[in-house]
Amino acid sequence: MTATLEVEDLSVRINSRRGALPAVQGVSFEVQRGQAFGLVGESGSGKSITLKALLGLLPPEAAISGGHVRLDGEDLVTASQRRLRQIRGPEMSMVFQEPMSALNPVMRVGDQIAEGPRLHLGLGRSGAAARAVELMRKVGIPDPERRFRSYPHQFSGGMRQRVMIAIALSCNPRVVLCDEPTTALDVTIQDQILRLLTALCAESGTSLVFVTHDLPVIAQVCQTVAVMYAGRILERGPVSEIFREPRHPYTLGLLRSAPNFEENRSGLVPIAGSPPSLRSLPGGCPFHPRCPFATEDCSTAATELRVVAADRVTACIHDDRALHAQLLQPVIS
Amino acid sequence: MTDRAAATEPILTARAVSVSFDTGGTLADRFRRRERVLRAVDGVDLDLRRGEALALVGESGSGKSTFAKAAAGLIPPSGGEFAFEGRTLGARRDRSDTRRIQMVFQDPYSSLNPRMTVGQMLRELLKFHSVVPADQVAAEAARLIVAVGLTEDALHAYPRQFSGGQRQRVAIARALALRPDVLIADEPVSALDVSVQATILNLLDELRARMNLTLLFIAHNLAVVHHLCDRVAVMYLGRIVEVAPTGELFTSPRHPYTRGLLDAIPRLTDTRTGMAPALEGDPPSPLALPSGCRFRTRCPMAAPVCARVDPQLRTSPDARLPGQSFEHAVACHFAFGERPDEERPSPVEQRNAEPAPVERPSRR
Repeated sequence: MTATLEVEDLSVRINSRRGALPAVQGVSFEVQRGQAFGLVGESGSGKSITLKALLGLLPPEAAISGGHVRLDGEDLVTASQRRLRQIRGPEMSMVFQEPMSALNPVMRVGDQIAEGPRLHLGLGRSGAAARAVELMRKVGIPDPERRFRSYPHQFSGGMRQRVMIAIALSCNPRVVLCDEPTTALDVTIQDQILRLLTALCAESGTSLVFVTHDLPVIAQVCQTVAVMYAGRILERGPVSEIFREPRHPYTLGLLRSAPNFEENRSGLVPIAGSPPSLRSLPGGCPFHPRCPFATEDCSTAATELRVVAADRVTACIHDDRALHAQLLQPVIS
Repeated sequence: MTDRAAATEPILTARAVSVSFDTGGTLADRFRRRERVLRAVDGVDLDLRRGEALALVGESGSGKSTFAKAAAGLIPPSGGEFAFEGRTLGARRDRSDTRRIQMVFQDPYSSLNPRMTVGQMLRELLKFHSVVPADQVAAEAARLIVAVGLTEDALHAYPRQFSGGQRQRVAIARALALRPDVLIADEPVSALDVSVQATILNLLDELRARMNLTLLFIAHNLAVVHHLCDRVAVMYLGRIVEVAPTGELFTSPRHPYTRGLLDAIPRLTDTRTGMAPALEGDPPSPLALPSGCRFRTRCPMAAPVCARVDPQLRTSPDARLPGQSFEHAVACHFAFGERPDEERPSPVEQRNAEPAPVERPSRR
């Protein structure tokens, strides 16, 4: 089976006054049709910039410096701006973190939702409006005929995010990219939005790429996950396995330091130190200065991803140590 | 008995505290003399007991941060009052009262003066409040910065030179400089990265034990509270809807809002996709509160009585209910196994109908 979205060895550089910074280095993953893929990491790990690179939405100071992004075989890295404009919306769309700053504040929400279908699906004014109302109903906005004429500021945060989802789904894309879509929302609203997203994508066979720093959110939405740190993927595999049997000390550290409800815990175990600056990345494994299992090899050894089990890769040369530590004192039973 | 009484003696008490904001409204509203008042906190009674860590949780707009600021004396309550060790605090607090209740804010990027070094910041406080004799100020500043897990070099640095977690340590040192009895922490970790959050939570826990602090911890994340606090109070639209010891609140929540809040939190072992959300709908606007119970518009068990009678916080009439103690107070008509009944008035309504004195269960 070929993947809907295939990212191969993607690298992004940010040009700053003091030279180019490697924001993303050699990121690879695949997303199958109808599946949800999670990218998890802390701020500065490169997860959001990876997502923006997929759709050619990088800020002017950043640029893709290598690799491929293939949407059903078509390479988007080499695609023209014109082709990219045709792709954004009907092929691949995005849900941003801050719905208030992502929506147009002086345009009625109904018109914002109808814009895509008019442009890309060739619908007329009334046809597109009808589609917008239908979409608003589908994402759970009450009284859509009336709310069609409202402006974003008249909506609550949760309702704005529903509008964003309606816009993202308006042209039946193959892939929806989500950049922390629920981080700005309250938990009860987050719960509603996550369920809505998963249900809608399952219904239409849309694939999701979901970026967040919240491991339990990944557990609720995604089937596969990649853990990012300092611009690289450190570990990748099925969600059901990675959180039970992490094979990278950073994944284990994230699991142990995040406050959650799982039963078998004595307390929070923080990760020592703080993430490295892109200006002064440590040699070898980028995580080794903070790693409790680090040996001398870690500062020199290459951190190529290796296959450790079916569908599972890790960049850690001591992956068995993280696994043993987890098995001795599991975070989830 | 004496030990127990000492342990539960309230240090800071909120009595029917309300905080309102005048939102102005439209010009037409003003001409019509129609008030547009937002009651962010609406009649909160809460005891903070000496030495405990009490969590105040709620979603945005619940009034938890406003309550925290009022408790710290940063905004005057528009109704009710705070009492410190039984003594009523005025709307404007004097320097010694200010000293005893200190606050750590959510965003360490905006709560520290960017143009002062950490040392200047701490020394200014220590001098202004005459915490230690003048010749010991420098030594005290150094002691504080080490106590929060930084090195003395930090005293010469500006806030911008620190990471978020380190800045929050500086903010904690700043709050502790005045040797407060009560530390109010308003979402101290929500602006931090996951791997750093735990270090700050552990630091607060350690300092509380070492310095015999009483902690009021404001959070929107129940999971954070789980590890740190003895008791939890849940707020919804300006009211406290449930207070209970932490374990009890997590294992047997009695308010439907608390249950929804707990169910809504994603778990690492989540496989609940496709099920209905824990709670439907948005909270109503605090400018147009529903009649009766404020939660009834989202409540899965709302009955006609909920629209008529505003439920007050009450403890269980029967301590034999499973997982139930007298510490557990809930503001719901149906919190203790009462059945929603169309015909009969609720127990609360019956009680309100008869002016007979209401017997309150004794704490002892």
